[in-house]
Amino acid sequence: MTAMSDSMSESMSAPPATTPGPKPRPEPSRSTPTRQPRPEPVAKAKAKSKSKPEPSAPVPASMSMAQALNAALRDALREDERVLVFGEDVGPLGGVFRVTDGLTREFGEERCFDTPLAESGIVGLAVGMAMGGFRPVVEMQFDAFAYPAFEQIVSHVAKTRNRTRGLLSLPMVIRIPFAGGIGGVEHHCDSSEAYYAHTPGLKVVTPATVEDAYWLLRDAIADPDPVIFMEPKRLYWAKEEFTPGERRAPGFGRAAVRRAGGDATLVAYGPGVPVALQAAEAAAAEGRSLEVVDLRTIVPFDDESVMASVRRTGRCVVVQEAQGFAGVGAEIAARVQERCFHSLAAPVLRVTGFDIPYPPPKLEHAHLPDVDRILDAVDRLQFDDRPDVLHLSGGAAS
Amino acid sequence: MSHRQVADGLLPEPVPVRFVAEDGTAAPPAGYQGDHPAGYGAPADDLLVEAYRHMVLGRRFDRQATALTKQGRLAVYPSSRGQEACQIAGVLALRADDWLFPTYRDCVALVARGLDPVEVLTLLRGDWHCGYDPAATRVAPQCTPLATQTIHAVGMAEALRRRGEDAVAMAFVGDGGTSEGDFHEALNYAAVLRSPVVFFVQNNKYAISVPLARQSAAPALAYKGVGYGIRSEQVDGNDLVAVLSVLTEAVRHAREGGGPFLVEAHTYRIESHTNADDATRYRDAGEVARWEAADPLARLETYLRGRGLLDTAGVEAAHEAAEEYAARVRDRMNAEPETDPFELFDHVFAAPTPQLREQRALLAAELSAPEE
Repeated sequence: MTAMSDSMSESMSAPPATTPGPKPRPEPSRSTPTRQPRPEPVAKAKAKSKSKPEPSAPVPASMSMAQALNAALRDALREDERVLVFGEDVGPLGGVFRVTDGLTREFGEERCFDTPLAESGIVGLAVGMAMGGFRPVVEMQFDAFAYPAFEQIVSHVAKTRNRTRGLLSLPMVIRIPFAGGIGGVEHHCDSSEAYYAHTPGLKVVTPATVEDAYWLLRDAIADPDPVIFMEPKRLYWAKEEFTPGERRAPGFGRAAVRRAGGDATLVAYGPGVPVALQAAEAAAAEGRSLEVVDLRTIVPFDDESVMASVRRTGRCVVVQEAQGFAGVGAEIAARVQERCFHSLAAPVLRVTGFDIPYPPPKLEHAHLPDVDRILDAVDRLQFDDRPDVLHLSGGAAS
Repeated sequence: MSHRQVADGLLPEPVPVRFVAEDGTAAPPAGYQGDHPAGYGAPADDLLVEAYRHMVLGRRFDRQATALTKQGRLAVYPSSRGQEACQIAGVLALRADDWLFPTYRDCVALVARGLDPVEVLTLLRGDWHCGYDPAATRVAPQCTPLATQTIHAVGMAEALRRRGEDAVAMAFVGDGGTSEGDFHEALNYAAVLRSPVVFFVQNNKYAISVPLARQSAAPALAYKGVGYGIRSEQVDGNDLVAVLSVLTEAVRHAREGGGPFLVEAHTYRIESHTNADDATRYRDAGEVARWEAADPLARLETYLRGRGLLDTAGVEAAHEAAEEYAARVRDRMNAEPETDPFELFDHVFAAPTPQLREQRALLAAELSAPEE
């Protein structure tokens, strides 16, 4: 794990391809709206071209998401002596993604320290320290390496408040770099949010913007309940003009409308948000106005904001990078149709990754939901009153 | 220093430390009533008498809880009969400000610590919470998953150390639990961090039905400490004097900055795993009878009488007190517990989410609907 992680951090030290929400969009990748899937080579070529840096786009870059997370940790450590940071390689190295860069130097080894390489131990240690009055913020180095801690998370982190009738709370944050899009090798790109969101007692958070990375992490550390804080790896280097200080971000548990629109609602979270925004930009060029709702917190789930948007637009596409089956998007789609049935002009559709183990670097572009896959779904929202035949045949969605 | 010398500082005695022989006489070869040759001090006489009273009461409580289970008052009860020396010594070695991380089989230890017996039995009664206040009692919820509490104890020990308290944490764990990964992660973390924590293995020879020989090939479970750099000891778990002596040293070691300490006590689970288990399917009556003969309570009584620390009046007084205690537990447990289904939604989070509020209302509507 360590060797692999080191080599990954080397290869990933350059800014990645993916652009953050507010960045100028690339040219819409679609030319003509069509109900038929585009021939594969074209779509894949586009997906590939999309992943190149855009030197022409001038960005008033002041802070990356990784730097915002670092600032949030630093400020929390400064303001609350109960806050502790620990995990694998988070000390002098500063974490394989450098999110904890400089914290040991500034706050000392008692406040930010490396642990032995054992994730159940990291989380279990945090449980005991939280019981003892501290507010641990621990790092699981990668999504798939959090699985050894699963029992601790599900059986203790999530349940301790309940099994002590509210007498013991566990204010702690488990940071998990997650999802793909960075060319990571196996076990480094899982979208594991559904496991945690399915567990009563856990709050599950994933930021999509630099500002949210800072404020959601501050909120998570201040929260009285344990928070699974999922950091979209491919957004670590996304930059925004942001200075920690005056708060503009919505409250913890509230979704945000990232782009207003009237024809359909795209509901997304974490790494799916920038893709949804790009799709909305491309759709606008085709004359279609899409609203993009960023959940920010998967748990608590902001029914109110999502339903308000869908009732307004009458159409909804849920976007998630994770494999689709039994995912968070399935829950959102079900909730929307339960609550907005009479406002809907078309079935709620999901745009997701495929139900396959996360593919290797050379093939991840084929897996990841992209602008084209989102726009194809939008096309199927029965704007012309014809039924969506794709899922009516009983056969494969070819 | 040679490798052998390094290991010698950590390894347990080749045979379990014992102060009192099975017949209640001072243990050979030295016949000591003072300190053990390995350096473990003899507990104070009045502490031994106090321990005896706790053991009598604990055994009576255990029998009462088993009876309540047969009467349907408890959903399940894992008896610790035969392990009273461990249960009581584990608690008496701790100060009130030390933290205890027990398992589900440690009810007797908890009542010895002074917790309300009905609160201790709350979970086993079929309720959804641990019953007592962990922060006020410094006793973590009885842990049902195996060995997960050992790493919590390390975390608590670190919290205590960082807060400048000289309190320690003690984790109870069974022989089966030493096979779990978390036990090993806990030993390793504690050693690396030099945490003030004591790991106390009650080796009662069975993990439900699986005997120790199928659990571990280690010479003794106490040998598991040396690989992590932890000082370790094995002790006769049916000899209260020995268990209390070794645990007292372990706690002192941890409290004074020596780092973690691992103690294995060799004892035996006389009853089945729980009332729902049938131990006759996997062990023979002769084996159980041999361990009945090594009863820790009878041994301590004989030892204390032999030393003139306990007489018949003292024995009777202890039993009377235990009977009164059991009667009070019985009376209180016979009252039907009050449960509130709506409270199930109250402590999932600090404040219920909108979704939990909706579901609470749904349950309220279901429960208030007229029966058809």
